[in-house]
This record gives sequence, C-alpha cells and structure tokens, in this order.
Amino acid sequence: MIAGNEDDDVDLDENAPRADASGVIRMPATLEATGPVPERCEIAIIGGGVVGLAIAYYLASLDVTDVVVIERGYLAEGASGRNGGGVRQQWSTEINIRLMQESVELCRRFAVDVGVNVWFRQGGYLFLARSAKEVARLEKNIDLQNRCGVATRMLAPEKAQDIVPELDLTGIVGASFNPSDGILFPWPFLWGYARQAAAMGARIFTQTPVHGLEPAAGGGYVVHTTRGNVRARRVINATGSWSPLVAKHIGVEVPTWPIRHEICSSEPLKPFLRPMVSELASGLYCSQSMRGEIVGGVTVPGHGSTYGMGSTLEFLATYARRLTRLMPILGDIKILRQWAGPYDQSPDGNPILGPAPGHPDFFLACGFVGHGFMMAPIVGKLYAEWLAGGEPHEIFSRYTLSRFTDGSGSSHPKEDFNIG
Amino acid sequence: MAGKIVLCRCEDMTLADLEHSVERGYRDIEEVKRYTGFGTGPCQGKECLAAVAIQLARLTQRPPAEIPPFTSRPPLAPTPLRLLARDPAAHIFPDEES
Repeated sequence: MIAGNEDDDVDLDENAPRADASGVIRMPATLEATGPVPERCEIAIIGGGVVGLAIAYYLASLDVTDVVVIERGYLAEGASGRNGGGVRQQWSTEINIRLMQESVELCRRFAVDVGVNVWFRQGGYLFLARSAKEVARLEKNIDLQNRCGVATRMLAPEKAQDIVPELDLTGIVGASFNPSDGILFPWPFLWGYARQAAAMGARIFTQTPVHGLEPAAGGGYVVHTTRGNVRARRVINATGSWSPLVAKHIGVEVPTWPIRHEICSSEPLKPFLRPMVSELASGLYCSQSMRGEIVGGVTVPGHGSTYGMGSTLEFLATYARRLTRLMPILGDIKILRQWAGPYDQSPDGNPILGPAPGHPDFFLACGFVGHGFMMAPIVGKLYAEWLAGGEPHEIFSRYTLSRFTDGSGSSHPKEDFNIG
Repeated sequence: MAGKIVLCRCEDMTLADLEHSVERGYRDIEEVKRYTGFGTGPCQGKECLAAVAIQLARLTQRPPAEIPPFTSRPPLAPTPLRLLARDPAAHIFPDEES
C-alpha cells in the first residue's frame, strides 16, 4: 500500500509483486522459453501476438485456463511489436466503428484491469485532405461515425492548425478530427495480457515454432512443435501474416498476403504533438509517443507480397520528404531507427474470424490489415466470451473465411479506410 | 548493488533491470531490448549491447557466442529529416508532380 493512498478508489492489483527485504522486486516467470509443451490442452492458440494473447487473457478471465499459447519466436516478434500504436474510431463501416468504440474503452481501462501502464493517450486523430475528393470521403465517414456516437468533426485547415500549429497548410483543404482517438505503447500490452493470462493458469511458450498440424483421431488437433506435440480440442490460428502457412497444414486456404510496411522513430522531444496526424494522399502518419519520440510511416507503393522485413532508404527518404513538407519545422529532428513489419492483407480489408469451413474446431483470427493491434482488445474479448460458451457476436457470422467463396461477403460494405 | 550498475546509459537500464527481465522469461536479447528499453536511445546499442549481452549470457548460463546482437537498424547515426528529405530515393506521389 502506498502511504496516504488508502482512500484511492482505484482497485490495485492484490497479486502485484512486492519488493523483498533487499528492496528487489522478484517476479514469477510469465513465459516458458524452455521445456516441453504439455501433451494435451483444451485450447491451443498459435501465435503469441496481441490477438492470441488477448484471447488467452479473456479466456482465463472467464475461467477457461487450460490454454496453451505457442509463439514461434520472442513475444512481440511479429506485427504486434512493429506497429505505430494508433487506436482510432474513424472507420468507414458501422461494424468497425462500433468495435473500435469498445476497444478504446478497453484501452482506457487497461492499466487498472490488467495492471500494466500502456501509456494510452487520447490526443485524437487528425486526418488531412489535399483534394475535394478526399474531403468527400472524410465527410461520408464522419456522417456514419456521428450516427454511431463518435464525435468526429470536419475542420477547416485553419482549425486543424489550432490543434497542430506546426502544420504548413499549403495544399490542405480540410481535415477530420476525433478527439477520443489515441495512441499507446504496444509492447506493454503484450506483457500485461501475458502476465495476467499466465497468472490465471494459461501457459505461454516462446521460442516454439509449429511445424505441423493434423486432425486427431477422436476430435481436435495435434499441434507439432519443436518442443513436443500438444493435442488440443480446439485450435486458434492467430499468427497474423503467417496464418496462411499455418492453415495450409490442414488444407485450409486463407486468402491473405503479407505487405511490408516500414516505420521509424526519432530522437525524443519535449511533448508538443497532441494528435496522431495522417495525410490521406500519401498514407503519411506520425504521432509523438509518451517517450517523446516521433513515430511514423508512409505508404510507399509497389513492394508486393513479401515476408521480408528489411529497411529501405526509399521509405526513409519518402517519409522525410512528406513529413517535412507537412511540418517544415521538424527538419532538424533526427531519425534514430527504422524497421518494418507485415500487414496481413485481406481481400476486402476486413479480418477473418471464426472456424474454417469443414473444420469446426479450427478457428481463425487474422487478416487485420495493419489494424490488429487496435482491434485486439475487443476481438479478444468477444472471441473468449464465445469460446467460453456465450453467444457469438455478429463479427463471427460476418467475418467468416467462407465469405470469400460462398458470396456472403458481397452483401456487406468493404472497409476502405485502412490508412495509417 | 545491481540497481546501481548501469548497462545502458541512454535509457538508464541497470543490471537489476536485466535480472528482472530474465526472471520474467524475457531472455532473448530482442525481448530484453523491448522489455527494458536498452539500446533504443541515441547510441542505438553501440555502447551498451556488448555489456548487456555478456551479463545476459551469465544470467541465462549460456556461452556468449549464443547471444547474437539485436538487429541493427538504419540509419547508422541519428540523421536529420531535412537531409533525408533531399535524397533522390524518395517516392514522388501524384500530388507533388507538376
């Protein structure tokens, strides 16, 4: 108990580690980086990214703890550790807007619910338009967002400059702004989900590649890993861009493909930039993290489908060119590092959820097109509620794998706002 | 004592921070980088990487040769945006063409 804090109404984690007599805090291990996987489990989640760990955490919260998470490498090795940490409600379809309203609420509560500070900061998202066509696109989305209760509004360029005085308004014709969008620090999200899921009984294996998957006699699946085989009654494929490769083991075709997106970080600066700023014309986006760094990227077209995670000068030069054009005052800021990660691109811009056709116990959680991180809290919660015996949410009948083959996908609007 | 042995000066990461990371199961040097923040400051690991790696080898009882350096990220040294912006490698979008 912190002295003088007795009346605080925040419910502090009773199981939080305490310092020993020497003042050192000893923590139980969250991850199992060595040793064999168990022979059996109820649910095996392949992929220790934010989606898989969110499902594991919410399952454990509902007393489903016979769960094994199997991660090929280290925690946050894939896209979950490589993204910009944006969390927004400015989408173009009602279902995604409503999902993200709930995700934002879960992010707001994350530190109290999960016991880890994820540096969530609601500074808003400012989308900038350089043409009448882009303005029309934003206005159409705002109308829908407002009907869902999201307070996005259209701003004249000068009003956008009130929010970000550093903007050069040359060529800017309008902007949309929603003050309750925000950013977070992605890595602690994973640590928090992992720690709590493990504390409640789930087991999380890192450095454990899956090299085979086959239906088991009598139901379920046998997952072949480098640390032994585990037989699971149900399997969830949450491997992001690698989902097609995992599903292929049992002959399931997942029609997503990896698109490399690059991103970079600057030296830390005194806080000055409140919202995430994004420009539709180039896919430029940037925000200032709680560490003070400017983190951002730009959409360089034409790299095709690749699992490559190399860095290019083309990206860095393009980002610098667009960013200094938009905010010339940033010209002297130094870039410290750049890296890359894969977007799991789906044909209609929406995720793929629920069981695969012909495989009622093999579930998919992929195809998030670069926005899996922000959607993971609500998707993980809804997935867990369903697998724990609750009614399936609408997303599980809409975002099916079969929509791409039985025509059911054509009756729903495509998501066209996969930016930034 | 370990709390006063600084391994990464840019990010104030101590030996105690490394011990804490290893205890929680974050033992891959890439994980340690993310969990403690070491190597993410202005030197980008040039000063601290070897110091962390040798201590990580000791704490996880592995030979140093089994601890590879974390992925080196460009640019080689902190580089101002205005220099990068002039590089001919930049992609030109339709709205910039005249």
